Amino acid sequence: MNYTVRKFDAVIVGAGGAGLRAAIQLSEAGLKTAVITKVFPTRSHTVAAQGGVAASLGNSEEDHWHWHMYDTVKGSDWLGDQDAIEYMCRKANEVVIELEHYGMPFDRLDNGRIYQRPFGGHMSNFGEKPVRRSCAAADRTGHAMLHAMYQRNVKVNTQFFVEWQALDLVRDADGDVLGVTAMEMETGEIVVFEAKATIFASGGAGRIYYSSTNAFINTGDGLGMAARAGIPLEDMEFWQFHPTGVAGAGVLITEGVRGEGGILRNSAGERFMERYAPNAKDLASRDVVSRAMTTEINEGRGCGPNKDFVLLDITHLPPETIMKRLPGIHEIALQFAGVDCLKESIPVVPTAHYQMGGIPTNFLGQVVVPKNGNHAEPVPGFYAAGECACASVHGANRLGTNSLLDLLVFGKSAGETAVADLKRSAAAHKPLPKEAIDRTLARLDRLNRQTEGSNVDETRLAMQRNMQKNCGVFRFKDLLKQGVERILEIEERVAHTEIRDKSRVFNTARIEALELDNQIEVAKATMISAAARLESRGAHVRDDAPDTPERPNGRDDANWLKHTLWFREGNRLDYKPVHMKPLTVDTIELKKRAY
Amino acid sequence: MMDDARRARQGRLRWHCRRALLELDIVFQRFWERQEARQAEGLHDGLDEETEAALERLLELQDHDLWEMVSGRTTTNDPQLEGLIENLRRQ
Repeated sequence: MNYTVRKFDAVIVGAGGAGLRAAIQLSEAGLKTAVITKVFPTRSHTVAAQGGVAASLGNSEEDHWHWHMYDTVKGSDWLGDQDAIEYMCRKANEVVIELEHYGMPFDRLDNGRIYQRPFGGHMSNFGEKPVRRSCAAADRTGHAMLHAMYQRNVKVNTQFFVEWQALDLVRDADGDVLGVTAMEMETGEIVVFEAKATIFASGGAGRIYYSSTNAFINTGDGLGMAARAGIPLEDMEFWQFHPTGVAGAGVLITEGVRGEGGILRNSAGERFMERYAPNAKDLASRDVVSRAMTTEINEGRGCGPNKDFVLLDITHLPPETIMKRLPGIHEIALQFAGVDCLKESIPVVPTAHYQMGGIPTNFLGQVVVPKNGNHAEPVPGFYAAGECACASVHGANRLGTNSLLDLLVFGKSAGETAVADLKRSAAAHKPLPKEAIDRTLARLDRLNRQTEGSNVDETRLAMQRNMQKNCGVFRFKDLLKQGVERILEIEERVAHTEIRDKSRVFNTARIEALELDNQIEVAKATMISAAARLESRGAHVRDDAPDTPERPNGRDDANWLKHTLWFREGNRLDYKPVHMKPLTVDTIELKKRAY
Repeated sequence: MMDDARRARQGRLRWHCRRALLELDIVFQRFWERQEARQAEGLHDGLDEETEAALERLLELQDHDLWEMVSGRTTTNDPQLEGLIENLRRQ
């Protein structure tokens, strides 16, 4: 198989918010920058983000980055690195104002300043009362953000390679990253993008779960590529679930539905949240509602022929309230659940929403790995930002509106660091290691030649069902053990996937097989890391680590205040300490996470 | 049988149906499944050129605008797009 080589100063994989922000930094510095993306940049999954971006601008009431930092550390259940969290919260105002200057149409106050609204978990004065911190552009914040940053990139001459599938990381014998291999979908051509700086901004991997709110493109490509190249994945056991995804489809039913009076019911028609949260009931926090739903299903009180969902009932609400206050819900229920929600209840299940873990980085956006006794040694030439990366600011649980902030701050810092590194080392490109490129070619060749192999759709479905059943929102020792055994069996099937259509041009079957190669790495990392963590913390909640006076919420700081690192080779696990020391302020000391 | 050029065009269209929003991914997935079922029954040989052209135009829309159209909150005056939207709304 032939390939060609194209040389750049920097190559970025992914053109969502983090990739576009990093690209601005590099192109503005005059560096020759390529962005490789599976889909047109403004069709990246950042588009789906509606809530806003957090920044302590204080436009409507007093606010401070230190309060934002406190909320983020607490939200992370103290697993977030406090240096990275301080960095992010301090940088928030700067990146939001920059975005405004790029042309982002933020909602505004009468005095012309950016309008800010409250959002769950964001408080003033170290947890005292809710504060207005989220900056939004109607309900299209992510979409507006991508458009503003894409236009800026066009202006500064970033080169986009649209509808290209990145395949593998190119690493030499020293461990330095020298670029990526990629395939153009239109021609099937293989190209080595040789670069002095390689930045991954490839997004999350929510599609490893059967029920996920993520778009189909979220297959964790960067994580799979990193894992195959020997880079560990950090804290992959932590996934945020949304309680009300439409069963079987995953499409989100907004929290507003319960806010307007929607009630969750089990197979007996019982309003079960009364038992789990007598005061808040159906309006309890996301994790409490998700776990209650899972308990109902696990104890046989689920609905439907397989008793595998519960019902969200709004039939008691006046139809005009539903149509006026909850626009779109009627159509979502009809399209994706086949029910008229004015007359029937909507089947819902807890649904995977956001990946807190990822490729380990520091707050400068450098990818860091354990080496020579240092648990966070930068990998020369390699950077990552956004959902694919783990800085770690979200720790065990992410606060709403911090994900858009994450991709702006760390997209920028990854770009800035790469620019500084390139200026410092004027060296030419290092020689490309032939073996690294051969590995990509061998992978493609295997897929082309495979006969009597496994079906891609069936194998993906087996993986997704295994993740949902054995590593969902509420975790059980025996299920996790079964899940590990099963995912290793499925890995064998992924190694032998077969495609019937061998054509080169826009062969979606080939792309999906290559995506599955990445998804399986994320699935293994998640399952194996979850089975090993014997405490409950944030989004990782185990039945055998309950809330006790000695261990509030089941959290075990004495043994588990540490980050997980999963290595693909031998499915080895390692751990590294949480950075408890911020950059300039005092440590936010451990305490029980309660709201 | 489809020639290579048409297969490539439909491959491109299929890929352009990968969207930023899950709602649209599912709607288009069902659309293609229905096409495949009809093809398997011998009812047609892939999309006709008119539908292909309409789909190409529809896929140029921004995702939120497209979803508003598919979910019936906005409408189009274009009869070809209207027919396609009707088709996409089928469950």
